[in-house]
Amino acid sequence: MDAVVEFFAWLWAFWPLRVVVWTLVVTIGVLLAVAYLTYAERKVMSAMQRRQGPMTVGPFGLLQPVADGVKLFAKEMVIPAQADKTLFLLAPMGLFVLALAAWAAIPFDKGWVLANLNVGVLYVLAISSMAVYGVVIAGWASGSRYAFLGGLRSAAQMVSYEVSMGLIIVCVVLCTGSLNLTEIVEAPRPAWMQLLLFPMLVVFLISILAETNRAPFDLPEGESEITGGFMVEYGSMAFALFFLAEYANMILMSAMTTTLFLGGWLPPFGIGALAVVPGIFWFVAKTAAILFFFIWARASLPRFRYDQLMRLGWKVFLPFTLVWVVVTAGAVLAFGGGV
Amino acid sequence: MTPADLAFFVLAAVLLASALGVVFTRNPVHAVLLLVLTFFNAAGVFILLGAEFLAMLLIIVYVGAVMVLFLFVVMMLRVDPAKMRAQGRAALPLGLLVAGVLMAEMAAVALSFAALPGAASPAFALPEGVTDARALGRVLYTDFVYPFQVAGLILLIAMVGAIALTQRARPDIKRQSVADQTARRPGDAMEIVKVTPRTGA
Repeated sequence: MDAVVEFFAWLWAFWPLRVVVWTLVVTIGVLLAVAYLTYAERKVMSAMQRRQGPMTVGPFGLLQPVADGVKLFAKEMVIPAQADKTLFLLAPMGLFVLALAAWAAIPFDKGWVLANLNVGVLYVLAISSMAVYGVVIAGWASGSRYAFLGGLRSAAQMVSYEVSMGLIIVCVVLCTGSLNLTEIVEAPRPAWMQLLLFPMLVVFLISILAETNRAPFDLPEGESEITGGFMVEYGSMAFALFFLAEYANMILMSAMTTTLFLGGWLPPFGIGALAVVPGIFWFVAKTAAILFFFIWARASLPRFRYDQLMRLGWKVFLPFTLVWVVVTAGAVLAFGGGV
Repeated sequence: MTPADLAFFVLAAVLLASALGVVFTRNPVHAVLLLVLTFFNAAGVFILLGAEFLAMLLIIVYVGAVMVLFLFVVMMLRVDPAKMRAQGRAALPLGLLVAGVLMAEMAAVALSFAALPGAASPAFALPEGVTDARALGRVLYTDFVYPFQVAGLILLIAMVGAIALTQRARPDIKRQSVADQTARRPGDAMEIVKVTPRTGA
């Protein structure tokens, strides 16, 4: 018995194996979360609309995500004759890989992070800014006008909201004085800082809706104008990859909001007594709360018009965040703290 | 060979291959995507050098923003390869001339490179216990504050210039004015008339 334990201890000391195992744990965790997020979305929205939602597959419809997955797996993949085949297949894969890669820098609990990068915030921002390519390439490679228009729309939207998101992150970094996500969570936040960051939290929440192409900013797939948008030509597993990537990005952005604004794994409202509950629980609970906001917004708000969306991004959020960066920098200088 | 060496050779090889691909591929969209791959590998080399901050900036600024705009423009073009080849052959002498001048200029700069006056040396060592983002910030806002500000000013001028060139007043299209819409009151648009029966309004 001891020999077996010793053998595994020896194997565990081999670092590439540890990396692979932890990466798999995070990846499978994210994929399970995605599966049950789709279930939660349907259940929450049906409750808001006085319906039952999925209820026939398994108890309370709990096996519905599995059934959906099997259905998508089993379908035939159709590649349009006009399509650029390589890019047509690469686009969903790339998008999916990016949606998972960003999780490497997210701290789930104290010390529970795959890569404790010094530039963690920038890493997540860089990875999420790459997602535009998946969308544009999918639209272009389909060789269809609707898909192309959907891709262009989506790309313009994602690029626009990235600008204000970057500035919001600058505010947070100014206050915490670090680009490392673990240090951002642990940095002390006096009352004036929380007051300053609150408007940024509101803008950030709206920006992540636009960044992940979710309602009320889901114009790329505005079915009444351009049918399915950039993914109109995709079916079966390729479509499933887009779907998984969208939901993984939703969870990622919620986790980012939790890390930047809501104190990550720390107990809420700084109540020390609640620290007996493991940090991962608080992290998941806060992330879930923001995901609920995503679903709530989808169930209750009508879709924006495209020019309204652009106006909000460039003429409202950008000037506001720009001014707020200056205000935050001044406040940090006046009250001390930060750098 | 250490793992870092191996990583460097892989990154450098892919970087060079994709950079060559940018030049030799026929399809402009593929060229842009190969350029993205080139930037990615360059960012990887930066990380190996310990310049994580620069690597992330390279990806955010070039891959995340600049190349997306490139892709936008290139995707809108419908390029006919045969026509493009003929045009390319016609422009060859001029192209060679421009390339030669650029090469000569770059060589001249590289051979006569000198640090800015006031700077200790062209290469700054990373101080102990300071992240590279912080070190870079200190250098940029102290030793190089004037060149840094001038660079910002040049970018601002380019931005204003681009907007001034493309902005034009279009009297023939209808735009939404949110201020007008929210300032509108029922009294501006409606009139309530008491109609007595059988007399009309």
